Amino acid sequence: MAEKTQKLNDVEADDNKKAADVMTEKPETKKNAISEEALAVAKKQAALSYQIRRARWSYGMMSPYFILFFFFTVLPVAMSIVLSFTYFNMLELPEWVGWKNYVKLFLDDDVFLISLKNTLLFAVVTGPVSYFLCLLFAWIINEFKGWLRSFLTLIFYAPSICGNAYLVWSLILTGDRYGYLNGLLLKYDVINEAILWMKTAKWIMPCLIVVQLWLSLGTGFLSFIAGLQTIDKSLYEAAALDGVKNRWQELWYVTLPAMKPQLMFGAVMQITQSFAVADISVQLAGNPSVNYAGATVVTHLLDYGNTRFEMGYASAVATVLFLLMVGTNKLVQRILRRVGE
Amino acid sequence: MSKQAKSVDAKPSNIIPSDAKIKFKKRRREKQLNRSIAGNTLLFALMIFCGVFMALPLVMIINNCLKPLDELFQYPPKLFVRNPTLENFTDLFVLMNDTWVPFSRYILNTIIITVGGMVGHVICASLAAYPLAKHKFPGKDILFSMVVLSMMFSWTVTQIPQYMIISWLGINNTYLALILPAWSFGMGLYLMKQFMEQLPDSLMESARLDGANELTIFWKIVMPNVKPAWLTLAIFQFQQMWANTGALFLRDEQLKPLQFSLQQITAGGAARAGAAAAVTFLIAAVPIIFFLICQRNVLETMTTSGMKD
Repeated sequence: MAEKTQKLNDVEADDNKKAADVMTEKPETKKNAISEEALAVAKKQAALSYQIRRARWSYGMMSPYFILFFFFTVLPVAMSIVLSFTYFNMLELPEWVGWKNYVKLFLDDDVFLISLKNTLLFAVVTGPVSYFLCLLFAWIINEFKGWLRSFLTLIFYAPSICGNAYLVWSLILTGDRYGYLNGLLLKYDVINEAILWMKTAKWIMPCLIVVQLWLSLGTGFLSFIAGLQTIDKSLYEAAALDGVKNRWQELWYVTLPAMKPQLMFGAVMQITQSFAVADISVQLAGNPSVNYAGATVVTHLLDYGNTRFEMGYASAVATVLFLLMVGTNKLVQRILRRVGE
Repeated sequence: MSKQAKSVDAKPSNIIPSDAKIKFKKRRREKQLNRSIAGNTLLFALMIFCGVFMALPLVMIINNCLKPLDELFQYPPKLFVRNPTLENFTDLFVLMNDTWVPFSRYILNTIIITVGGMVGHVICASLAAYPLAKHKFPGKDILFSMVVLSMMFSWTVTQIPQYMIISWLGINNTYLALILPAWSFGMGLYLMKQFMEQLPDSLMESARLDGANELTIFWKIVMPNVKPAWLTLAIFQFQQMWANTGALFLRDEQLKPLQFSLQQITAGGAARAGAAAAVTFLIAAVPIIFFLICQRNVLETMTTSGMKD
């Protein structure tokens, strides 16, 4: 590994030297006229332009992706931030209002505060829990081989991919005696009368959290399974010789450090997912839900963006959500870098 | 369910070695390093418990679509079907023939959108991932960190401006409105780059010495070696595209995907409960089957492509 980087560094040093040589040929004739600093800057520029020209293949190959990326990701984020300082209804031109949207958001909008609270609850509960479940299940599944592993992977992964099939939960959580959960609880006398799960404010969030957990073994989970498979088996042998005594030590000292890239990736997936909960709330609890008990930041955003067409205000909500997601991700990344150290 | 639980209990002890025996006889001892019976039991018990929780709604979906109407509205509700029937599916087909636009048109739309999105995404993301993984050039770190950043927020954040941009580009109400944004999903590029970084540089170096240009190297050498990665990208893209109703961008009925019309059918309320159960089954089954097919490939190529310098 070290040799390889050394080689790469040498190649780069070569490039720089070549570029520098190109530059020094000319200035030699009028050496005195050019100050040392200007020469250094020119050298740097020449080296840079040489590198860019040399990498024209790289840029060419990347251009289709990054042009689209610019139009559909970078530009929208920038626009969203700018629009959040305006009043905009899609019909008239945006009108600059400064911080007004944000002031209204945090001081005047009770529903936003409820939805922010709910979103943070999702993030704090389903984020970490689903992350550890992903890791745990991937780790256990990795102990199996053959069709059984494929089967278990499928069972755990399937809920996250089957589109809006989570609507089946609405049958389980139906508020009358025909609901599966009510039927079960009534049968064993846990409750005396059917509970309106999705119409009672205090039950909405717990139910949504359970459904969200069911749905959340997604990409991160697959990434963990893939990561576990690529770990070199000889590492475990070596660790056993070094005194690793049980599977838990093995997990902490060998497995986790070896799959750090996957751990980081999984964290990003689970965090982003847990902040973006909306569809299940809209479909199961309705939008608006009873007392806004199931409102999340995203449902609030949809409410203002798609229903009321207050795009400036919706953009402010989107910007807050953006900052929340990115901030949390960055923080967690920083923590995860220390795994196994 | 109990049958499944039993198999989980019974299999691990013989499945692990028997598979290992065929390929690597040495691995047999190694695999059992640091494994205690108590630990195995605990973990497998946990696995069964959670497996049942995860599988139960899926079992419900399968059973519901086979239930005749009277069983769907039965009290107390039963999980398993008594008299399985395909009546729900025939109901669904009747409803399908009733739609304003021929039903085959919805299927065609879905195929165009899904395949277009998948193929374009795999090609675009791989093309961009190769230089990011294996070349050195100015701006590389910035570009990649932008992509990573884009995975840290969901698309809902950019939904409103994205809609405006799609209108400006004049691709609103065309397939492209769904296909083009899908090509630049950040996750695909990220995954692809991660996999490509594992390829040894010597592989490309020898081709470069033979005078191959970067595009040839990419197509002839890199792509065949990252098959697991592009299959994975295809799966993820398929899931995204499959779940998309396109309601935001597609106004013409002739352009709408299958998912949209299926939702229209389920919106019929209690009278269509049977057809709705069949729809839920179809919506869930297609991505699961697709994953099942690709999963084998992914796992296969993963184990054989264990390439380390």
